Amino acid sequence: MGEVNVSGSQNHWSKNEMADQVVEMLHDGSSLNLGIGIPTLVAQRIPPEKGIWIHSENGVLGVAGRPTPESVSATLINAGKETISVKKGASFFDSAMSFGMIRGGHIDVCVLGGMQVDAEGSLANWMIPGKKVTGMGGAMDLVHGAKLVIVMLTHFSKRGDVKLLHRCTLPLTGKGVVHKIVTDLGVFTPTGESFQIDRLAPGVTEKQLGMTDTLLSSAS
Amino acid sequence: MTSKVFKDAEAALFDMKDGVSVMSGGFGLCGIPENSILEIRRRALKNLHAISNNIGNSGRGLAWLLKEKQISRATCSYVGGNPDLEAQMLANEIDVTLVPQGTFSERIRAAGMGIRAFYTPAGYGTEIAEGKESRAFDMPCLLELPLAADFAIIKAQKGDPYGNLWFKETARNFSPLMAMAAKVTIVEVEQLVELGEISPEDVHLPGVFVQRIYQGADYENTIEIPIFKDET
Repeated sequence: MGEVNVSGSQNHWSKNEMADQVVEMLHDGSSLNLGIGIPTLVAQRIPPEKGIWIHSENGVLGVAGRPTPESVSATLINAGKETISVKKGASFFDSAMSFGMIRGGHIDVCVLGGMQVDAEGSLANWMIPGKKVTGMGGAMDLVHGAKLVIVMLTHFSKRGDVKLLHRCTLPLTGKGVVHKIVTDLGVFTPTGESFQIDRLAPGVTEKQLGMTDTLLSSAS
Repeated sequence: MTSKVFKDAEAALFDMKDGVSVMSGGFGLCGIPENSILEIRRRALKNLHAISNNIGNSGRGLAWLLKEKQISRATCSYVGGNPDLEAQMLANEIDVTLVPQGTFSERIRAAGMGIRAFYTPAGYGTEIAEGKESRAFDMPCLLELPLAADFAIIKAQKGDPYGNLWFKETARNFSPLMAMAAKVTIVEVEQLVELGEISPEDVHLPGVFVQRIYQGADYENTIEIPIFKDET
């Protein structure tokens, strides 16, 4: 809090507080894949007693915290190419098995970053035509496998455009695949033609969301 | 018995020519075959079709070959973190096919395992579905075909003269799959050990998939993003 976001509001969750919203949705003992970017923060916010198994698609289940300078290993990284450590009971495997875990429905929850997400539950996060190409990486596989797909993104782009739309305008990563959206302003559920507001960050009003009334519906 | 053991990268890559397809293991810079890539650069091979998850990263690995314009075609899943590839892609200097990572690894596995095709939901309803056969099972899926190559260059932590391999931590990634999918698989290892030194239970890739193996040297093993405890 305190820092002013693009909407001009001081009332918004920090990235760590956004991560805490995701942590609240996790059942004890579940398996979890974390995408590159903001989702990576979720790993640092999970209380160890929840017994969550973090999967990274480059071939590890059981990701723990950051390593110490003494224990760091060039061959032990997450999908964001960041150094990690693993907890007791962790395992390593090849990429086909890693994506088999995802595609086969063995990973309970998947958290991805996004450029745009829409009311139909479609996600765009891999390219801006003519400007930027990051590639889809594992995102197109991840959105179809997990039981719960959560997208974490800032509510507004740096230019001030709202990222929650009726329909995405950028090339899709997956169509109708997102179950929950966590932004710095609130938690939302796409319902087809609109977004249900599950909760808003303290002090945030619907007016600040930059979305038309028809695009919003409150949780009943 | 013909030995699979070669002296070094120069000896092991003797018959690689311009225009071949080359699979290269590694996720970012983790587990990349540094010696074989540098040998391709030294020999200035051209017009290569590189098949690799990232085609190098942070200016290293296969990006060494991108800088020399040795790669004319690339099949990969991720461009982020690889400015050399993104620049050549946006300037239309290289023909890039982006494949979802799970489909990428499964297509390579399928090539090695004799699977002629498979259906997967990844990419359905997106641009990459264009021109692909689709079919509805419990959910709509795309038909995907195997991905094979002339050569695979991979790196393992340990290997023996038959080509049995053991990989360290997350350095395994695509390497065992690529080893199965190429006509000629060339492995470089940090430690070339005696036959029997890798316990049969610990063999990650059986030697039957490997044609050539050599002891590598001078590894950089670059850490791309070092983050330590109490940092964010």
